Amino acid sequence: MSRNTRLALFACSGATLAALFVWGLTGLPAFGGFQGEYGQILNRVTGQERHVTNVVAAIVFDYRGFDTLGEEFILFAAVMGVALLLREARGEGERRVDIVRSDFVRAVGLASVGPVVLVGLFTIAHGVLTPGGGFQGGVATASGLVLLWAAGRYRAYRRASPHALVDFAEWTGAGAYAAVGIAALVAGSAYLTNIVGLGVTGTLAAGGTIAILNLAAGLEVTAAVVLLCHEFLEELMS
Amino acid sequence: MSFLPYALAAWLFFVGLYGVVTSRHLVHLVVCLGVMQSSTYVLLLAIGYRTGKKAPIFLGVSPKVGAVDPVVQALTLTDVVVSVTTASLILALVIDIWKRSGTLDPDELRKEET
Repeated sequence: MSRNTRLALFACSGATLAALFVWGLTGLPAFGGFQGEYGQILNRVTGQERHVTNVVAAIVFDYRGFDTLGEEFILFAAVMGVALLLREARGEGERRVDIVRSDFVRAVGLASVGPVVLVGLFTIAHGVLTPGGGFQGGVATASGLVLLWAAGRYRAYRRASPHALVDFAEWTGAGAYAAVGIAALVAGSAYLTNIVGLGVTGTLAAGGTIAILNLAAGLEVTAAVVLLCHEFLEELMS
Repeated sequence: MSFLPYALAAWLFFVGLYGVVTSRHLVHLVVCLGVMQSSTYVLLLAIGYRTGKKAPIFLGVSPKVGAVDPVVQALTLTDVVVSVTTASLILALVIDIWKRSGTLDPDELRKEET
């Protein structure tokens, strides 16, 4: 199919899709006037039922925890797919040498590794209280480690993220999530039921399994992002 | 201007789709896909917004004040995670294609096939 035929086809089908899209949008509630009961009920009862102040975290790791299990496995499968695709095709040849020449970049970059990792861990740990959680904090923590490469040398980054350890963290994070669900089955409840003591509202350990699953997700996401950067950097350096 | 967030979502979706259809480079195509996906974030968050309400975080705030819808926010979180992982998987495939055929232009690739 030539480029022009393709564009003409897209003009027709795109216009139809746009009309349907706009028609669909007109059926939505007016902006700011959403009255969905589910969300409002959760906003009201989460504090009492789960001792958690971040309602989004309670939905992700408890009320809709089963959906997040699927999300974790999508993440896991995609990262494994990347590793398989890239590791397969890569030869073990000489590596390029990379040197950051600007002292300023090196100094600022290396000095921010610690604070960035700290902010990441803080965001993971406070997921049950304030905005944040395992997914967001995991990305922040991993980006602190990637800074090692941007500011220092690739070798330093490789040392900080040893292959075997990151692989191990990746499947431990995904496995721990599933294991918490199975623990509920063993205790005689439904899969992923919140069976642990709920703790005191406002503390880091509040929320029972929400806090545990949050940490598991944090571990998995950190490992996943480090692993992704690792695989793509290996590609760049070989 | 209460329709503006919805118009923005529609605009992002179709400008991204146009990019995907007319793309001449596979990495550019992945970026266009990212633009399309960001329209879903805007749409979800726009649907859940309630005028005058704040984020669904009740640390030091009574749940009686209410907040914007937390369910669509959780959905958006999932959406972001999935779009990042699929983008990385597609980019890995793109590297593979580059190694095999030395081109990333979809039209060139089709010529090579035939």
